[in-house]
Amino acid sequence: MSQGLLAGKVGVVFGVANKKSIAWSIAQAWASQGAKLMFNYQGERLKDNVEELASTFGADTLIHPCDVTSDEQIDDFFKAVSARTDRVDLVLHSVAYAPREALEGKFINTTREAYAMAHDISAYSLLGVSRAAVPLMTQGGSVIAMSYYGAEKVVPHYNVMGVAKASLEATVRYLAYDLGERKIRVNAISAGPVNTLAARGIAGFGIILKHYEEHAPLKRNVTTDEIGATGAFLASDGAASITGQTIYVDSGYSIMGM
Amino acid sequence: MAEKSLEDKVKDIIVKQLGVNAEQVTPEAKFIEDLGADSLDTVELVMAIEEEFGVEVPDEDAEKLQTVANVIEYLKDKADL
Repeated sequence: MSQGLLAGKVGVVFGVANKKSIAWSIAQAWASQGAKLMFNYQGERLKDNVEELASTFGADTLIHPCDVTSDEQIDDFFKAVSARTDRVDLVLHSVAYAPREALEGKFINTTREAYAMAHDISAYSLLGVSRAAVPLMTQGGSVIAMSYYGAEKVVPHYNVMGVAKASLEATVRYLAYDLGERKIRVNAISAGPVNTLAARGIAGFGIILKHYEEHAPLKRNVTTDEIGATGAFLASDGAASITGQTIYVDSGYSIMGM
Repeated sequence: MAEKSLEDKVKDIIVKQLGVNAEQVTPEAKFIEDLGADSLDTVELVMAIEEEFGVEVPDEDAEKLQTVANVIEYLKDKADL
Protein backbone atom coordinates (compact mmCIF):
# COMPACT_ATOMS: atom_id res chain seq x y z
CA MET A 1 0.00 0.00 0.00
CA SER A 2 1.55 3.32 -0.97
CA GLN A 3 -1.33 5.63 -0.03
CA GLY A 4 -2.25 6.73 3.46
CA LEU A 5 -1.04 8.91 6.31
CA LEU A 6 1.63 6.38 7.28
CA ALA A 7 2.72 5.21 3.82
CA GLY A 8 6.30 3.94 3.91
CA LYS A 9 6.47 3.93 7.72
CA VAL A 10 7.66 0.92 9.70
CA GLY A 11 6.02 0.20 13.05
CA VAL A 12 6.69 -2.25 15.86
CA VAL A 13 3.75 -3.35 17.98
CA PHE A 14 4.05 -4.64 21.53
CA GLY A 15 1.08 -6.16 23.32
CA VAL A 16 -1.25 -8.03 20.98
CA ALA A 17 -2.90 -10.87 22.94
CA ASN A 18 -5.88 -11.54 20.69
CA LYS A 19 -8.23 -9.82 18.24
CA LYS A 20 -9.85 -7.80 21.04
CA SER A 21 -6.55 -6.25 22.10
CA ILE A 22 -6.22 -2.48 21.86
CA ALA A 23 -2.78 -3.13 20.33
CA TRP A 24 -4.48 -4.99 17.51
CA SER A 25 -6.91 -2.11 16.81
CA ILE A 26 -4.06 0.37 16.56
CA ALA A 27 -2.04 -2.06 14.44
CA GLN A 28 -4.95 -2.37 12.03
CA ALA A 29 -5.34 1.41 11.86
CA TRP A 30 -1.61 1.86 11.23
CA ALA A 31 -1.65 -0.81 8.52
CA SER A 32 -4.72 0.70 6.86
CA GLN A 33 -2.78 3.97 6.58
CA GLY A 34 0.06 2.20 4.82
CA ALA A 35 2.50 1.27 7.61
CA LYS A 36 4.44 -2.00 7.54
CA LEU A 37 4.28 -3.71 10.93
CA MET A 38 6.23 -6.13 13.13
CA PHE A 39 4.88 -7.73 16.30
CA ASN A 40 6.12 -9.13 19.57
CA TYR A 41 4.37 -11.94 21.36
CA GLN A 42 4.56 -12.60 25.05
CA GLY A 43 5.42 -16.27 25.57
CA GLU A 44 4.40 -19.37 23.65
CA ARG A 45 0.91 -19.07 25.09
CA LEU A 46 0.08 -16.12 22.81
CA LYS A 47 2.19 -17.09 19.80
CA ASP A 48 -0.63 -18.73 17.82
CA ASN A 49 -2.98 -15.78 18.38
CA VAL A 50 -0.42 -13.22 17.23
CA GLU A 51 0.72 -15.38 14.32
CA GLU A 52 -2.84 -15.74 13.03
CA LEU A 53 -3.56 -12.00 13.30
CA ALA A 54 -0.19 -10.77 11.97
CA SER A 55 -0.39 -13.07 8.96
CA THR A 56 -3.42 -11.10 7.73
CA PHE A 57 -0.85 -8.44 6.75
CA GLY A 58 1.10 -11.00 4.71
CA ALA A 59 2.64 -14.38 5.50
CA ASP A 60 6.10 -12.82 5.89
CA THR A 61 5.05 -10.38 8.65
CA LEU A 62 7.66 -10.57 11.40
CA ILE A 63 6.53 -11.89 14.77
CA HIS A 64 9.16 -12.46 17.42
CA PRO A 65 8.99 -13.39 21.11
CA CYS A 66 9.72 -10.64 23.61
CA ASP A 67 9.12 -10.66 27.33
CA VAL A 68 9.56 -6.98 28.18
CA THR A 69 10.88 -7.79 31.67
CA SER A 70 14.06 -9.10 30.02
CA ASP A 71 16.67 -6.73 28.58
CA GLU A 72 18.14 -9.65 26.64
CA GLN A 73 14.81 -10.43 25.03
CA ILE A 74 14.26 -6.76 24.14
CA ASP A 75 17.71 -6.67 22.50
CA ASP A 76 17.03 -9.94 20.71
CA PHE A 77 13.68 -8.61 19.47
CA PHE A 78 15.22 -5.50 17.95
CA LYS A 79 17.99 -7.60 16.39
CA ALA A 80 15.24 -9.51 14.60
CA VAL A 81 13.61 -6.21 13.61
CA SER A 82 16.86 -4.74 12.29
CA ALA A 83 17.39 -7.85 10.16
CA ARG A 84 14.19 -6.88 8.32
CA THR A 85 14.43 -3.09 8.20
CA ASP A 86 17.08 -0.41 8.53
CA ARG A 87 14.60 2.00 10.06
CA VAL A 88 11.73 2.07 12.54
CA ASP A 89 9.30 5.01 12.66
CA LEU A 90 6.57 3.92 15.04
CA VAL A 91 6.49 2.05 18.34
CA LEU A 92 3.31 0.97 20.11
CA HIS A 93 3.56 -0.07 23.76
CA SER A 94 0.32 -1.69 24.89
CA VAL A 95 1.63 -3.82 27.71
CA ALA A 96 0.54 -4.00 31.34
CA TYR A 97 0.32 -6.59 34.04
CA ALA A 98 -0.40 -6.93 37.73
CA PRO A 99 -1.12 -10.15 39.60
CA ARG A 100 -4.85 -10.85 39.73
CA GLU A 101 -4.95 -10.69 43.54
CA ALA A 102 -3.62 -7.11 43.37
CA LEU A 103 -6.60 -6.10 41.21
CA GLU A 104 -9.28 -6.83 43.76
CA GLY A 105 -9.83 -5.77 47.33
CA LYS A 106 -7.77 -3.11 49.06
CA PHE A 107 -4.80 -1.30 47.52
CA ILE A 108 -3.13 -1.20 50.92
CA ASN A 109 -2.67 -4.96 50.75
CA THR A 110 -0.53 -4.80 47.59
CA THR A 111 2.64 -6.80 48.20
CA ARG A 112 6.11 -5.45 47.46
CA GLU A 113 6.44 -8.12 44.76
CA ALA A 114 3.14 -7.26 43.05
CA TYR A 115 3.98 -3.54 43.17
CA ALA A 116 7.42 -4.08 41.65
CA MET A 117 6.11 -6.45 39.00
CA ALA A 118 3.31 -4.09 37.94
CA HIS A 119 5.76 -1.20 37.56
CA ASP A 120 8.40 -3.28 35.78
CA ILE A 121 6.04 -4.71 33.16
CA SER A 122 3.69 -1.74 32.77
CA ALA A 123 5.99 1.30 33.07
CA TYR A 124 9.70 0.50 33.00
CA SER A 125 9.20 -1.57 29.86
CA LEU A 126 8.31 1.59 27.89
CA LEU A 127 11.75 2.92 28.73
CA GLY A 128 13.43 -0.41 27.96
CA VAL A 129 11.68 -0.80 24.62
CA SER A 130 12.22 2.85 23.63
CA ARG A 131 15.94 2.71 24.41
CA ALA A 132 16.33 -0.32 22.16
CA ALA A 133 14.19 1.22 19.38
CA VAL A 134 15.85 4.64 19.29
CA PRO A 135 19.00 3.61 17.33
CA LEU A 136 16.66 2.42 14.55
CA MET A 137 14.49 5.57 14.64
CA THR A 138 16.94 7.48 12.49
CA GLN A 139 14.36 9.77 10.94
CA GLY A 140 12.47 10.54 14.12
CA GLY A 141 9.10 8.99 14.77
CA SER A 142 6.29 8.38 17.22
CA VAL A 143 6.11 6.23 20.35
CA ILE A 144 2.66 5.56 21.81
CA ALA A 145 1.83 4.05 25.20
CA MET A 146 -1.59 3.02 26.52
CA SER A 147 -2.85 4.41 29.80
CA TYR A 148 -6.07 4.74 31.77
CA TYR A 149 -7.69 7.38 33.96
CA GLY A 150 -7.00 5.25 37.04
CA ALA A 151 -3.51 6.82 36.79
CA GLU A 152 -4.96 10.12 38.03
CA LYS A 153 -8.10 9.36 39.98
CA VAL A 154 -9.08 6.44 42.14
CA VAL A 155 -10.92 3.67 40.32
CA PRO A 156 -11.85 0.94 42.83
CA HIS A 157 -10.02 -2.37 42.18
CA TYR A 158 -7.66 -0.78 39.62
CA ASN A 159 -5.29 -0.37 42.57
CA VAL A 160 -1.58 -0.84 41.84
CA MET A 161 -2.25 -0.67 38.11
CA GLY A 162 -3.34 2.94 38.58
CA VAL A 163 -0.08 3.72 40.33
CA ALA A 164 1.88 1.96 37.57
CA LYS A 165 -0.04 3.92 34.90
CA ALA A 166 0.82 7.17 36.71
CA SER A 167 4.45 6.09 36.46
CA LEU A 168 3.92 5.27 32.78
CA GLU A 169 2.47 8.72 32.04
CA ALA A 170 5.40 10.39 33.80
CA THR A 171 7.78 8.12 31.89
CA VAL A 172 6.13 9.35 28.67
CA ARG A 173 6.90 12.96 29.61
CA TYR A 174 10.54 12.35 30.52
CA LEU A 175 11.10 10.26 27.39
CA ALA A 176 9.48 12.99 25.28
CA TYR A 177 11.99 15.45 26.72
CA ASP A 178 14.98 13.16 26.12
CA LEU A 179 13.97 12.14 22.62
CA GLY A 180 12.69 15.47 21.33
CA GLU A 181 16.07 16.38 19.86
CA ARG A 182 15.91 13.20 17.78
CA LYS A 183 12.48 14.24 16.47
CA ILE A 184 10.90 11.31 18.28
CA ARG A 185 7.54 12.10 19.85
CA VAL A 186 6.24 10.14 22.83
CA ASN A 187 2.59 10.22 23.88
CA ALA A 188 0.06 8.23 25.88
CA ILE A 189 -3.51 7.45 24.94
CA SER A 190 -5.71 7.33 28.04
CA ALA A 191 -8.53 5.14 26.77
CA GLY A 192 -11.92 4.59 28.33
CA PRO A 193 -12.53 1.02 29.51
CA VAL A 194 -12.48 -1.62 26.76
CA ASN A 195 -13.52 -5.23 27.13
CA THR A 196 -10.15 -6.91 26.54
CA LEU A 197 -8.53 -10.01 27.95
CA ALA A 198 -6.37 -7.81 30.18
CA ALA A 199 -9.30 -5.71 31.41
CA ARG A 200 -11.13 -8.86 32.53
CA GLY A 201 -8.43 -9.30 35.14
CA ILE A 202 -9.87 -6.32 37.03
CA ALA A 203 -12.51 -7.31 39.57
CA GLY A 204 -15.94 -5.93 38.64
CA PHE A 205 -14.81 -4.68 35.25
CA GLY A 206 -18.39 -4.80 33.92
CA ILE A 207 -19.37 -2.18 36.51
CA ILE A 208 -16.75 0.23 35.14
CA LEU A 209 -18.16 -0.17 31.61
CA LYS A 210 -21.71 0.54 32.82
CA HIS A 211 -20.54 3.56 34.82
CA TYR A 212 -18.99 5.16 31.73
CA GLU A 213 -22.11 4.49 29.69
CA GLU A 214 -24.20 6.31 32.27
CA HIS A 215 -21.86 9.19 33.16
CA ALA A 216 -19.60 10.05 30.21
CA PRO A 217 -20.75 13.08 28.17
CA LEU A 218 -21.16 10.89 25.06
CA LYS A 219 -23.22 8.36 27.09
CA ARG A 220 -21.47 5.37 25.60
CA ASN A 221 -18.23 3.46 25.80
CA VAL A 222 -15.39 3.95 23.34
CA THR A 223 -14.82 1.48 20.51
CA THR A 224 -11.47 -0.08 19.72
CA ASP A 225 -11.73 1.35 16.18
CA GLU A 226 -11.84 4.85 17.66
CA ILE A 227 -8.75 4.18 19.76
CA GLY A 228 -7.08 2.81 16.62
CA ALA A 229 -7.88 5.99 14.72
CA THR A 230 -6.36 8.13 17.48
CA GLY A 231 -3.30 5.88 17.37
CA ALA A 232 -3.00 6.51 13.63
CA PHE A 233 -3.39 10.27 14.17
CA LEU A 234 -0.68 10.38 16.87
CA ALA A 235 1.63 8.42 14.58
CA SER A 236 0.98 10.79 11.67
CA ASP A 237 2.36 14.22 10.75
CA GLY A 238 -0.94 15.71 11.88
CA ALA A 239 0.42 15.27 15.40
CA ALA A 240 3.86 16.61 14.50
CA SER A 241 3.90 19.10 17.40
CA ILE A 242 2.27 16.85 19.97
CA THR A 243 4.65 15.17 22.40
CA GLY A 244 4.73 14.23 26.06
CA GLN A 245 0.93 14.33 26.22
CA THR A 246 -1.74 12.06 27.60
CA ILE A 247 -4.61 12.15 25.09
CA TYR A 248 -8.04 11.14 26.40
CA VAL A 249 -10.12 8.83 24.22
CA ASP A 250 -12.82 8.24 26.79
CA SER A 251 -16.18 9.61 25.58
CA GLY A 252 -15.29 12.69 27.64
CA TYR A 253 -15.53 10.90 30.98
CA SER A 254 -12.42 12.54 32.42
CA ILE A 255 -13.94 16.07 32.38
CA MET A 256 -16.67 15.11 34.83
CA GLY A 257 -16.64 16.21 38.48
CA MET A 258 -19.45 13.85 39.33
CA MET B 1 -29.32 -25.16 6.34
CA ALA B 2 -30.79 -25.67 9.79
CA GLU B 3 -29.71 -23.29 12.53
CA LYS B 4 -27.12 -24.92 14.77
CA SER B 5 -28.31 -25.93 18.22
CA LEU B 6 -27.06 -24.02 21.24
CA GLU B 7 -25.18 -27.14 22.32
CA ASP B 8 -23.33 -27.33 18.99
CA LYS B 9 -22.47 -23.64 19.03
CA VAL B 10 -21.03 -23.94 22.55
CA LYS B 11 -19.09 -27.03 21.50
CA ASP B 12 -17.63 -25.23 18.47
CA ILE B 13 -16.45 -22.33 20.61
CA ILE B 14 -14.79 -24.66 23.12
CA VAL B 15 -13.05 -26.65 20.38
CA LYS B 16 -11.73 -23.48 18.80
CA GLN B 17 -10.70 -21.69 22.01
CA LEU B 18 -9.10 -24.62 23.79
CA GLY B 19 -7.75 -26.45 20.74
CA VAL B 20 -9.33 -29.77 21.81
CA ASN B 21 -11.10 -32.48 19.78
CA ALA B 22 -14.89 -32.34 19.56
CA GLU B 23 -15.10 -35.84 21.15
CA GLN B 24 -13.44 -34.52 24.31
CA VAL B 25 -16.15 -31.91 24.78
CA THR B 26 -18.61 -34.02 26.77
CA PRO B 27 -21.20 -32.39 29.04
CA GLU B 28 -19.30 -33.42 32.20
CA ALA B 29 -15.90 -32.25 30.89
CA LYS B 30 -14.28 -29.70 33.19
CA PHE B 31 -12.45 -26.90 31.38
CA ILE B 32 -9.39 -26.80 33.59
CA GLU B 33 -9.04 -30.41 34.77
CA ASP B 34 -10.23 -32.27 31.66
CA LEU B 35 -9.71 -29.88 28.74
CA GLY B 36 -6.39 -28.37 29.87
CA ALA B 37 -7.55 -24.75 30.02
CA ASP B 38 -5.36 -22.22 31.85
CA SER B 39 -6.65 -19.05 33.49
CA LEU B 40 -6.31 -17.00 30.28
CA ASP B 41 -8.16 -19.69 28.32
CA THR B 42 -11.10 -19.53 30.69
CA VAL B 43 -11.34 -15.74 30.31
CA GLU B 44 -11.07 -15.98 26.51
CA LEU B 45 -13.74 -18.68 26.53
CA VAL B 46 -16.14 -16.50 28.53
CA MET B 47 -15.49 -13.55 26.18
CA ALA B 48 -16.08 -15.73 23.11
CA ILE B 49 -19.38 -16.94 24.60
CA GLU B 50 -20.41 -13.34 25.33
CA GLU B 51 -19.67 -12.39 21.73
CA GLU B 52 -21.42 -15.37 20.15
CA PHE B 53 -24.57 -15.19 22.26
CA GLY B 54 -24.74 -11.44 22.88
CA VAL B 55 -24.84 -11.91 26.64
CA GLU B 56 -22.88 -10.44 29.51
CA VAL B 57 -21.27 -12.88 31.94
CA PRO B 58 -20.26 -11.13 35.17
CA ASP B 59 -17.24 -12.42 37.14
CA GLU B 60 -19.37 -14.05 39.81
CA ASP B 61 -21.25 -16.08 37.16
CA ALA B 62 -18.10 -16.91 35.21
CA GLU B 63 -16.56 -18.51 38.29
CA LYS B 64 -19.39 -21.03 38.40
CA LEU B 65 -19.01 -22.13 34.78
CA GLN B 66 -16.67 -25.07 35.26
CA THR B 67 -18.07 -27.70 32.92
CA VAL B 68 -19.50 -27.78 29.41
CA ALA B 69 -22.95 -28.55 30.85
CA ASN B 70 -22.65 -25.54 33.22
CA VAL B 71 -22.26 -23.23 30.22
CA ILE B 72 -25.15 -24.74 28.27
CA GLU B 73 -27.48 -24.57 31.29
CA TYR B 74 -26.39 -21.01 32.03
CA LEU B 75 -27.12 -19.86 28.49
CA LYS B 76 -30.51 -21.61 28.47
CA ASP B 77 -31.41 -19.85 31.74
CA LYS B 78 -30.32 -16.50 30.31
CA ALA B 79 -32.44 -17.06 27.17
CA ASP B 80 -35.53 -17.64 29.36
CA LEU B 81 -35.25 -14.27 31.05
